[in-house]
Amino acid sequence: MSDRKPVIVGAGPAGISAAVTLVAAGLTPIVLDEAPRSGGQIYRRPPPGFTRSRQALYGFEAAKARRLHEAFDALAGRIDYRPETLVWDMRGGALHCLSDGRSSEIAYRDLILATGARDRIIPFPGWTLPGIYTLGGAQIALKYQGCAIGRNIVFLGTGPLLYLVAYQYAKAGATVLAVLDTAPFAAKRRGLPGLLKGATTFAKGLWYLASLRARGIRLESGVGPIVAEGDTSVSALRYRAADGVEHRIACDGLAFGFGLSSETQLADLAEIPFRYDAVQQQFLPAREVSGRTPVAGIYLAGDGGGIAGADAAELSGERAALALLEDRGQAVDKPHLAAIERTLQRIAGFRAALETAFPFPADFAAAMADETILCRCEGVTAGEFRRAAAELGAAEVNRAKAFTRCGMGRCQGRVCGPAAAIVLAAALAVPPERIGRLRGQAPVKPIPLAVTA
Amino acid sequence: MPIRDTADAQFRRLAEHDRPVVRFAIDGRPCEALAGDTLLTALLVNGRSLRSSEFDDGPRAGFCLMGACQDCWVTLEDGDRLRACTSFVAEGMRIVTQGASDDER
Amino acid sequence: MSEHLTADVAIIGGGTAGCSTALHLRWRRASVVLLERGVCGSQASGVNYGGVRQQGRALAELPLARRSREMWSRLAGIVGTDCEFMTTGHIKLARSDADMGELEAYREAVRPYGLELELLGRNAIRARYEWLGDAAFGGSLCSEDGAANPRLVAPAFARAARAAGADIRENAEVTGIERDGGQFRLRTTDGLEIRAANLVNVAGAWGHEIAARFSESVPEDVIAPNMCVSEPLPYFMVPNFGVCGGSVYVRQIPRGNVIFGGGRGIADRERLRAYPVAAASLAAMQQAVALVPRLRHAQLIRSWTGIEGIMPDDIPVIGPSRTTEGLFHAFGFSGHGFQLGPVIGAVLSELILDGATPTPIEPFDIARFTLPAPANP
Repeated sequence: MSDRKPVIVGAGPAGISAAVTLVAAGLTPIVLDEAPRSGGQIYRRPPPGFTRSRQALYGFEAAKARRLHEAFDALAGRIDYRPETLVWDMRGGALHCLSDGRSSEIAYRDLILATGARDRIIPFPGWTLPGIYTLGGAQIALKYQGCAIGRNIVFLGTGPLLYLVAYQYAKAGATVLAVLDTAPFAAKRRGLPGLLKGATTFAKGLWYLASLRARGIRLESGVGPIVAEGDTSVSALRYRAADGVEHRIACDGLAFGFGLSSETQLADLAEIPFRYDAVQQQFLPAREVSGRTPVAGIYLAGDGGGIAGADAAELSGERAALALLEDRGQAVDKPHLAAIERTLQRIAGFRAALETAFPFPADFAAAMADETILCRCEGVTAGEFRRAAAELGAAEVNRAKAFTRCGMGRCQGRVCGPAAAIVLAAALAVPPERIGRLRGQAPVKPIPLAVTA
Repeated sequence: MPIRDTADAQFRRLAEHDRPVVRFAIDGRPCEALAGDTLLTALLVNGRSLRSSEFDDGPRAGFCLMGACQDCWVTLEDGDRLRACTSFVAEGMRIVTQGASDDER
Repeated sequence: MSEHLTADVAIIGGGTAGCSTALHLRWRRASVVLLERGVCGSQASGVNYGGVRQQGRALAELPLARRSREMWSRLAGIVGTDCEFMTTGHIKLARSDADMGELEAYREAVRPYGLELELLGRNAIRARYEWLGDAAFGGSLCSEDGAANPRLVAPAFARAARAAGADIRENAEVTGIERDGGQFRLRTTDGLEIRAANLVNVAGAWGHEIAARFSESVPEDVIAPNMCVSEPLPYFMVPNFGVCGGSVYVRQIPRGNVIFGGGRGIADRERLRAYPVAAASLAAMQQAVALVPRLRHAQLIRSWTGIEGIMPDDIPVIGPSRTTEGLFHAFGFSGHGFQLGPVIGAVLSELILDGATPTPIEPFDIARFTLPAPANP
């Protein structure tokens, strides 16, 4: 009934913004979040007892972080906030939640999924060695724990996060040996006109770049990783420079990533139809700019419905909450909705330019050496995965998963999924959208067998 | 008082040194971490790995640090399992990184 | 654009039963077209628990199961891979004295069929399997039984059948079936037209729909066995085991994952979708931990289910149609068809080509549900 509290899953910028909007309209949402504190990943709040300022933690985003944190904290007493709560399944209008070793059900009529994103990676030989982390992981080590992932660190990959994390590390006193961008210089030039449309963000990127350069840190473009060397932990990265020359750089820490992937497992369990998004190169749940989905009562906000960044997440959280209110019969300010949507469209244009400037190197995945571990959970190599197509007749990714176990591990294909799709599509010589997608299955993350219900 | 990290440690502390010490054990060896360290941080300021891969490709030390990749599940001596990047180290914790834990009924 | 095919036998359904039938028919040089709506093994054959089990079956199934067991031993020779089949032994646990009585009675009942079971009392079972908790009163061990990887079996039979010359069409949904002058005429969604002298109905949970077209209405319902799997754990549990009453079944694979099931998910036969149910998973988790306390430390990483056809008397329909010459049925395996899949192919090929099979199948006659009706003209 309409007196049922709306539920928000995720307390990052999208979830926070949605909660603030709903409370302002007089509702009392339930907010579920896995983390102990609000903020999501980008505005992740440190554990109690940590003393660095927001400036130190978030740099240029300090004011935004503060605003969001304070706005969420101010909702205390007016929302039903349940941190350290995992939504592990959902069906028939109920969410199944794990908190403190106990599973319980929360019924919903209106639900905003704001589940965020994770790093998008492509395996290369040696990538599972200790000392090798995602860019997001390296950022969390610094932001959340005050640690560098190693003593002598190489940053590899592409996208704005590459430069941001390297800059943050250098600023914090870590030894950054090199920042190796896989995007060719030509790609960045091609994306420039579009990037200029996001002037502030672009300016920050230039700042990070200039700062790294000023510190004498090696910066390269058009790089391709060859192998991470090491016995029990990483000791060097061999890579190919843009001119084709091979280099070897000794290091004990390596952070890499190629943009972000949306966390869509709950959207899948909610039976929202998925469509292939050519810009993000991922199957995404169907979502209107309003946040509405084809499933009545379920809305998507933030990066969990498609990568657009933290600013877009805030706006889309507000927009989804307004859609929810409108669908409940409340009057909403139409010009305001239109203004939000215009801004979201503009940001989408910027995002597309980012993908042009910092393209996801799908060709690396297609060319992945057979002996490379593709699925790190199950130890399945790229060669084994290709054989499923060639010898066992797998024409679709779930079939290949059934035959090889790739994607059957604890992470349910979060890490290997994007690259596995490309490996299979390339092996079958079909476009990636033809080979399907790994489906979300309950529990979306591991839960203890000993859970009490 | 700043805690000196183990020489052969993966993680290096750059900030937040002034926190209470937490005593715990890795493979029976007494170790120290700081209150507010995740179990992953605690293990990696004292060494270079969290566990061994089940499928023979060697030691693992986590990957995403945000509870997505599930690569950092560790085992305690009493058999309990914890995801190291989303669990905090606690006084008296006893982690096993090599071999099996005690077989408790 | 339509493609016209002619064959001695048309098979509807690409589960293990259908693909095994195709292979056996090819061994005897009959021409075969198999039509599978999805990909081979996408339904019950591919989503089940993986138990390769004689123990616990209705006596009527034992001759089939014994003959099938012999085929499982030779699987690598038959389809080119052993599909991870292992003779792990199967234990049916007793959790009470009454359960033990049930196991003793069953052991006596199956002995005439050549199935030897070993009864273990409380001390013996706890001594042999020290990871069992206090709930185990004893058990019955069938050392010949085991398990395999269900995702591999039907596809392996399909590949072998194709290699032997069967024309296997996936993503081919049958939309029309007619009987026309002693032949069957089938049409599929993508424009295939097939003519065959014989038709095999191995359409699983949808077998009753095909039977109904030939005036053989049977009360086939659906179940969705709720399955769960844990993260990999150190390998300690060799036998595959279940309990009297059937509320939970547990096995571990050498890679370490513990697969267990119990309770029901949701099967949507019309939309071809099936969903595990949280309450069933939670209940199965609880039971698994009660039986094997060591599992309390493990994490659940995935659950799934599928659509399986079930008959009211819990045994399948197998045998010739009672209304239509040349039509043969094998469906409704009621949640325990996995072990029987290979032998169904042998039996159906014998029925089609020889008019009879040496393996007793009278209890599975479709006539037990239907009143005889005049044969179609």
